[in-house]
Amino acid sequence: MNRTRQLHAWLLLLPALAMLAAFTHIPVISTLFNSFYESPIAGKPGQFIGADNFRFVLDDDIFWKVLWNNFWYALITVPASIALSLIMAIWVNSRLSGRAIIRLAYFTPTVLPMIAVANIWLFFYTPEIGLINNLLEALGFEGQNWLGDPDLALPSLMVMTIWKEAGFFMIFYLAALQSMDTSLYEAAAIENAGRWQTFKRITWPLLMPTTLFILINALINAFKLVDHLFILTKGGPNNASNLLLYYIYENAFSFFDTAYAATLTSILLFILALLAWFQFGFLDKKVHYR
Amino acid sequence: MLRKLPSLGRAVGLSLATIGFSSALMAKTELTMYYPVAVGGPITKVVDNMIVGFEKKNPDIDVTAIYAGNYNDARIKALAALSSGKPAQLSVMFSIDVHELMDQDAIIPFDELVKTPEDKQWLNSFYPTLMQNGKAQGKTWGIPFQRSTIVMYYNKDAFRAAGLDPENPPKNWDELVTAGKKLTVRNSSGKVQQWGAMIPSTGYPYWMFSALTKQNGAVLMNQDGTETYFNKPAVVEALSFWKDLGSKHRIMPDGTIEWGTLRQNFLEQKTAIMWHSTGNLTTVKKKAKFDFGVAMLPAQKEFGSPTGGGNFYIFKKSSAEEKAASFKLVQYMTAPKQAAAWSEATGYMGVSEQAYQTKALSRYVDNFPPAAVAKDQLKYATAELSTHQAGRVRKLLDDAIQSVLTGEQGAEQALSSAQKQSDRILRRYR
Amino acid sequence: MMTGAFSQVKGIGYISLPERLAAWLLGFLWILPLLFAFWAAFHPSEYTTHFDLFAPLTLEHFVSAWDQAPFARYMLNTIVITTLILVCQLVLCTLAGFALARMSFKGKGLVMALVMMQLMVMPEVLIVENYKTLANLELIDSWLGVGLPYMASAFGIFLLRQTFATVPQALDDAARIEGCSLLQVLWKVYVPQARSVYLAYALVSISYHWNNFLWPLVVTNTEASRPLTVGMAIFGAPESGVDWPIICAGTLIAVSPLLAAFLIFQKQFVQSFMKAGIK
Repeated sequence: MNRTRQLHAWLLLLPALAMLAAFTHIPVISTLFNSFYESPIAGKPGQFIGADNFRFVLDDDIFWKVLWNNFWYALITVPASIALSLIMAIWVNSRLSGRAIIRLAYFTPTVLPMIAVANIWLFFYTPEIGLINNLLEALGFEGQNWLGDPDLALPSLMVMTIWKEAGFFMIFYLAALQSMDTSLYEAAAIENAGRWQTFKRITWPLLMPTTLFILINALINAFKLVDHLFILTKGGPNNASNLLLYYIYENAFSFFDTAYAATLTSILLFILALLAWFQFGFLDKKVHYR
Repeated sequence: MLRKLPSLGRAVGLSLATIGFSSALMAKTELTMYYPVAVGGPITKVVDNMIVGFEKKNPDIDVTAIYAGNYNDARIKALAALSSGKPAQLSVMFSIDVHELMDQDAIIPFDELVKTPEDKQWLNSFYPTLMQNGKAQGKTWGIPFQRSTIVMYYNKDAFRAAGLDPENPPKNWDELVTAGKKLTVRNSSGKVQQWGAMIPSTGYPYWMFSALTKQNGAVLMNQDGTETYFNKPAVVEALSFWKDLGSKHRIMPDGTIEWGTLRQNFLEQKTAIMWHSTGNLTTVKKKAKFDFGVAMLPAQKEFGSPTGGGNFYIFKKSSAEEKAASFKLVQYMTAPKQAAAWSEATGYMGVSEQAYQTKALSRYVDNFPPAAVAKDQLKYATAELSTHQAGRVRKLLDDAIQSVLTGEQGAEQALSSAQKQSDRILRRYR
Repeated sequence: MMTGAFSQVKGIGYISLPERLAAWLLGFLWILPLLFAFWAAFHPSEYTTHFDLFAPLTLEHFVSAWDQAPFARYMLNTIVITTLILVCQLVLCTLAGFALARMSFKGKGLVMALVMMQLMVMPEVLIVENYKTLANLELIDSWLGVGLPYMASAFGIFLLRQTFATVPQALDDAARIEGCSLLQVLWKVYVPQARSVYLAYALVSISYHWNNFLWPLVVTNTEASRPLTVGMAIFGAPESGVDWPIICAGTLIAVSPLLAAFLIFQKQFVQSFMKAGIK
């Protein structure tokens, strides 16, 4: 009986595990493996070259720049979109007139494909004829070359990312807020606690599991979301807005240097592993779940 | 019952044979080609129409033309298709991909297919400058199709307003700067309302840069694509001049200028002059609400522009019939009549002298003289930057240009470091 | 949704006037790109960058967008790919989630860890290797090729495992006593209990794959399999000179089904998230 039960369990798991193995586990292993080889040329497999690829990576100024960019990108967009999504959720959950419309407005970026709206953002950002500069100039400020200035290109991309992410995360917070136990709030009201007090003592701790879930998602997205680069900057000017995954794409599909791309992917995998360790080994123990 | 079987079998066999026979009669050579579009307008429709014309003339050949995005996409997709179940037999790809395609052993030289005297004549009919990027190791690997040069679009109304002669656009760098200063319009608080000139520096910065270097009497690489000359003094000087247009002469905005939105800037009269591909000519003509002119790029030591755009390549991995059919298609698409129609529809160049001699195109050029500028400029043109590992080398130069234009590095420093890295990449091909 | 007493509580239902204004302003900013898309798509090109309340309306951009790119085909591809992925995800994740929630077997911890790994290492990260795999399978440029890497979803498995684990064991036992087989129990007892989870998951999955770009860009070559996003990207690529009105018209064509679906289902959407306990 136990035997058949075990067998059944494995049969149920088999399709999913096979797909995961084919498109996650085996590719991870072969990525690591390929990062020790040269790129194949004209169909001929490359030679084993030990850690040479990694040496090139360490020597590659663009890699360091891209890594640094990605670090900043995560550091700014993740907290900003989480904070904003929480504020949005609280607003949309309050007695606000036109709540349905505002909720829809907040949520639209989730429904719009990044690649298509990037063109619209290009119109916002473009100097001379763009919306932002025209507004600024009408108000008497100096317009900026948002995507053409190395100091502004990455921040401009960050703003778009935050716009894209916040509305999606809002839904999770909203669902959490709406399923919260109201008795705690009634108690707080009786105690005459202020809004900030109530938020700090009741809402925020109760939202912790949601925040954790969103945090992990946002962190992964910070390394995964590069669609807008294809339209807005292509990583420029001079890699000022280049991100790791886009650089991997360039190496693999523009330069046909799959080995170097594999090496960069290995590094990305290492970063993701660190994040996983951070989540399961550290955060999960601090936040009690379920 | 049983006796019926053989006759049934025979009937089946017979009908099978008929099917086989008719399908042999009908056997079509099927071709797939990928092509990119890097300029405006409904170009896909134009290509589709040309294909229909070809198929009508060659009922035994079936062509599927696939629009694959920009030049980079087209190359990726075409090469990717080679290793998939549905390979392409020919494609239009960047003229500068030639060395990389050869390194991948993906293409064959046209010399293998040119047999008759007519073929030879056809091969020699193209403008020699347009053939430069298609030649390597003494053979011809690419046939010019959607080819362009950079030209100078200028707003004649703005010229008049600035007291400049609209029929006499700047002919050299000094004139460009003087005219640019007059054309830069500032409002009372000193804010620029209209810039003197814009040269795009995203998308294809290296291409614009080859124009400046050629004008300054320098080229960026050797014909075999194994050497680059990024740190030559004339090259450094050209980049400094580009930078100065913004930071010193203040006739161009600082930072990089977006390739994609530049045309819109010009159409909205935010810049009086733009350097752009001839491929934009038809769209500008259609949309400009002012009097505009097109001129050759200004000279420093000489006139100059790189050629640009896409060539036809034929892939190695295809049967002899497919190669022959592909060759037919390439000949058809580049014949004077088609080349003329293509040029008129897009603004790309007619690829041969004969194209401009066709009735259609010569009438078009007579009525619309800007259409001839690209052709006239050809005698000063040079090949576009093309090396082994073209993508990587190009990015080195692009990054260097952008770092200078945005003020992160000096021209000399940026270009010599780009040269050092390009040497490291190209060493193994020498 | 809210009880009257609850919304009177100052802590959560209250909103001050400045905040109201801020909420509206933020809402306006957030929907601005969409508003602009409508503006540019329905007005002649000369008004794209000039706002004039009385600008004439036009449909010409929709006509030229429709003419310039095979949107119908792209739409079909997107619908097929999204559906294909969703159906496979639901089946695969249900089976695996059930096994992980209600069956004990050796190596369960390891399996769980292997599944969770995909939460971190999404297929986007592995485009290079996955591309090679699909090339070997000769599935480049096919619907299946776009879908395959996403069909087993760690998020889905995890979500369903959590939900199935809360189904009362008594229901399970009762069904078994009635003689239901394992799969029948799953189908009759567990699946109905997880209805809102399925809905919430489906909405997330659909909006993700409808808008997914990088992997389809890599793996599709032609119109045969190219989804809307990739079609939009090559149709509106800045290389060809940005033509905003046409791009905006194209964008609206591309997003309209999803936008309409969200407008219709937005209430159920939030509620299903709530019930699903995705929080």
